[in-house]
This record gives sequence, structure tokens and C-alpha cells, in this order.
Amino acid sequence: MLDLLSQDFMVRALVAAAFTGLAAPAVGTFLVQRRLSLMGDGIGHISVTGVALGLLTGASPTLTAIAVAVVGAVAIELIRASGRASGDVALALIFYGGLAGGLMLVSIGGDGIATLQSYLFGSILSISSQDVWVSVALAGLVIGLCLTLLPQLFSVSNDEDFARTSGLPVRFYNVLISVLAAVSVSVAMRTVGLLLVSALLVIPVATAQQFSRGFRSTMLFAMVAGLLASIAGVVTSWYADVPPGSSIVLIALLGFTVTAPVGMLLQRRRLARVPFEMAAPPDEMVVEESHHHEHGPGCGHVAIEHGDHVDYIHDGHRHAVHGGHYDEH
Amino acid sequence: MTTRTAHPVIEVSTGAVSLSGRPILRGIDLTVETGEVVAVLGANGSGKSTLVKTIVGLLPVSSGQVRLFGSPLADFTEWRRLGYVPQRSTIAQGVPATVSEVVSAGRLARRRPFRLPRGDDRRAVREALDAVGLGDRLNHQVATLSGGQQQRVLMARTLAGDPELLVLDEPNAGVDLISQQTIADTLAQRARAGSTIVVVLHELGPFESLIQRTVVLREGRIVHDGAPTSLTHGERETGHGDHCEPSEPVVHVPPMSGLLEEER
Repeated sequence: MLDLLSQDFMVRALVAAAFTGLAAPAVGTFLVQRRLSLMGDGIGHISVTGVALGLLTGASPTLTAIAVAVVGAVAIELIRASGRASGDVALALIFYGGLAGGLMLVSIGGDGIATLQSYLFGSILSISSQDVWVSVALAGLVIGLCLTLLPQLFSVSNDEDFARTSGLPVRFYNVLISVLAAVSVSVAMRTVGLLLVSALLVIPVATAQQFSRGFRSTMLFAMVAGLLASIAGVVTSWYADVPPGSSIVLIALLGFTVTAPVGMLLQRRRLARVPFEMAAPPDEMVVEESHHHEHGPGCGHVAIEHGDHVDYIHDGHRHAVHGGHYDEH
Repeated sequence: MTTRTAHPVIEVSTGAVSLSGRPILRGIDLTVETGEVVAVLGANGSGKSTLVKTIVGLLPVSSGQVRLFGSPLADFTEWRRLGYVPQRSTIAQGVPATVSEVVSAGRLARRRPFRLPRGDDRRAVREALDAVGLGDRLNHQVATLSGGQQQRVLMARTLAGDPELLVLDEPNAGVDLISQQTIADTLAQRARAGSTIVVVLHELGPFESLIQRTVVLREGRIVHDGAPTSLTHGERETGHGDHCEPSEPVVHVPPMSGLLEEER
């Protein structure tokens, strides 16, 4: 372990991975709530174009990736919100355009596809100290905003209509979530790689929500799970000489698989322990009878006075005699 | 603030609403004054939900105007005065959320971003949950509650914001009788405290004693606006209005083809 930390590049990779592992699941929690789990993938694919632009123009690929990712993420959100295409179609449109554009740009620039590889699957060797500082700053920003704006972002993701009637700027917060996702994808690019980055946004959340009852606790659990997977993945990557993206994602998946049975058990116990409300009429206890049955006093169905007549609770709903048939009340 | 009481709480003038080109509401004129308790009734598809969604600003009017507390919806900023309780919600979907997290969202109209919850925020959440009889479920996961309890959570979320106007969309749809009664009791309490209430109902049920005025919609138009007594008499004679007419035979097949007509 010590020899591992004596390598400068390894320290840089671990620091970058730790911040990535914390930031990605924080945003991911909102994406999962909004059923946009695959948004990270869409942004990752657009970022390929961003990286290619950087390689082509000699600018920092990290910065061009962030710029293009943010533009793409806002575009996805605006297409989705305008209702012209559903969320998944909006993602697909951008998804393929981004990847194809990136490949074309890289080929035009004369760099082989191999140059892209460290961006697609991550590479602990390619992280410069400048990259580390950018990663730490951006990841810190993402984590900070996710935690401080948690009530607002939760309300918008949990019930958009209600959030709108409480006067929250829903459009702004939705775009903010997309931008935060774009930033965390760009930050994660160096360690996990663009093609696998979505896994780090989603899998820790999937793991966490098996245990937690609340939104905030899910987010915090997910951040811990993401941190552990990222660090373990980078270490594995070094020992096994595999791209860090693969080891981080596989370890995260392993975490989910191992905890899934425990989570299922917990969930079942929690549901079993939910107390019943005692005053409830025993409607489901009544013997199942067809509509040939004539309701009347003492017929076995719970009777309820309802205006000018009496309803009878029957298989969980209320029957009222009405002419030759029953009305549902 | 004398101007506050001078304006009606809700003012819809010649309002029309279309959803993706299809007209849903036409020629709606509705004024609700402070302290009124109004039930909006009508058959499925008559435009009840559309009307309240338009009133709370979730749907735009294609013509006419909606004013809340005197200001047109486009300029309306005092959202803390409005409390909307949606019919179905997404609160139990996706990532787990606790009852207290969902109900706390009702305080956001009064809480600026980056400000931590204060004592009065927490107290409002607790009191709202006590009011709907879920005070002991603060840390329960919303998804483990029954449908009726979830509806009460939605109610508590709105109450936590302490609004002057409550707009509820079918609070008793698919909800057990205890929950219906609890929601009706809570509303009665709010009405006594002077809140203005607009509630969409399929039938009056436990809300009957509470309602001072009913607005009945049919095919996107207001066909009745007045005291509930005249309505309940008139509607009862024809079997609760939106139920099948007694004189008509009950056909359990949608009337679609001419073939069916011949068979009759």
C-alpha cells in the first residue's frame, strides 16, 4: 500500500477518484428520481465530441469536454421540457450525434481512435496535477450545490407540479441538475472514462436505496458507496493493470449484487412492520359474493349511511342499491 | 393591507383552455371570495381537474384571464398564499423519501434557497402531520404507506405551508374512508380558521357538511353555480348526476359501432 502511495500519479489518481466517487452519485440521486438514469450516458457521449475538439484545437480536452457537455445537457433538458420528444428520445438524439461527431473530429485531426481510449475508459496514468485541481474544484462545487440546494432540488424532482405551485423556478432547477450532471461527467472522464461514467452516477444510488428510507440518506449512502468503489477500483486498476473505468464499475456492481439480498430482506421486514390503522372497516374480510346478493340489514356487509340511502361495503368499494342494479359510490 | 381583502381570491374571466389543440374548457367565469368553500363537481372528462390546474397556474389559458389574489397569474409572486393538493402524485416513486422530507417541501414557498430549516419550519411539518393523523409516521418511507395515507401526506405537505387558499384535486379518489374523513375534518378546521377552499370532488361524501357552494361542470362549461342544497336535490332525483340514468338500459359495451344500435 505504501509503495502505491509513493507514486505521484497514483496519489493524483486516488484524489481525483475520491472526489469523482463522491460527486457523481450525489447528482445521480436526482437523475434516478427523475427517471433520467441514462442521462449520464448521453452526456458522456456528447463529451466525446468535446474531447475531440480539444485534441483537434490543442485546447485542454477537459475544458472543451465540460463546455460541450454543459451545452448538450441543457439541450437534452430543453428538448425534454418542450415536450417535443420524451426524455429517452431526447437522450438518444444527442447520444449518437455526440459519439459520431467525436469520432469524425478525431479522425479529421489525424489522431487515431487510440488517443480517445484513455478518455473513453479512464486512465490513471494520464491524470496531470492540473487535472486533479480542476477535478477537486468542480467536484467540490457539485457536492456543495447538491447538498445545500437539496430541499429545492428534491421538491422539483419529487413532484414537479407541486414545486411549480410553491413558486420554485422549476425550469432553472431542472437545467441546474443537468448542468451538475454534465460537470460531474467531465470530472469523472479521467478516472472512469466517458463510456462508463453513467454507472458511477447510477449504481451507487441503486445500492443505497435498498437500505435507506429517505432521500437525503440515500444520497449520503450513495456518496459513500461511490467513494469506496472509486478508491478500490483505482487500486485494483494499478495492481491488475486494467483500465480504471472497468474496475471501478465492476466493484460498484459487485457492491450492489452483494447487498441486494440484504436490502430485499430489510424492505420486506419494513413493510411487514407497518402498522395497520385499526379503525378501518373490515372490507376485505367479507366473503366474496357476486352481485346476485341483495344487500340489506344483517347481510354481512358493512353498511354506511350515505345521504338518502345506505351504501354497503363490498370488496373494498361501496355499493348502493339503485333500481335493479348497484351503483359504485 | 386593505387591498388584500378588496380582491376576490380567485377570478377567472371568460377562461378557455385547450390541451394540445383540443378545447377542454370554454367560457369559464368564476369568482371565489375570501373564506368561501367551493366544491367543483362534474362527470369524468368534464374538465374539473383542468379547471383547478389552470387556477393554480399549471396550465395556461388559451383565452381569458386568471387572477389570484387580484394579480394576473403571469405576475403572481405570492405563492405562499396558495396551497395546491394534486390528485395523483409522484411522491412515492423513484428514490425513497420519508414522510417528513415530502412534507417539508411544503415549506419551500416560505424558505429561501441556502437557508436551513428553522424551528418554525419543523414545527409546521409536525403540526401538519398531526392534523392528518400521521404524526407518528415522520420517518416512515412514503412508499410503505397506503394510498389514503399518501393522500394525507399530500394534504399535510400543503398545510405545512399555511396557505390562505387551498385547492384540492379529488382528495377522496381511491382513498379509504378513514382518510376521506380525516381530510374532510382537516378542511373543516381550515375553513373555520378562514381559509378559502376549492375542492374537486366526484361526490360530496364526507365533505357534504362543509361545502357552501357548488360549481358543476359539464363538457367544459359551468352548468350550475350556487348553493349545494339545490344541487343535491336536483341531482339526487336523477341519481347523483354523473351516474347512469335510471331510464336508460345499462349497456356494458362502449357505444361505438352502428351495429350496436341495430341490435337494440
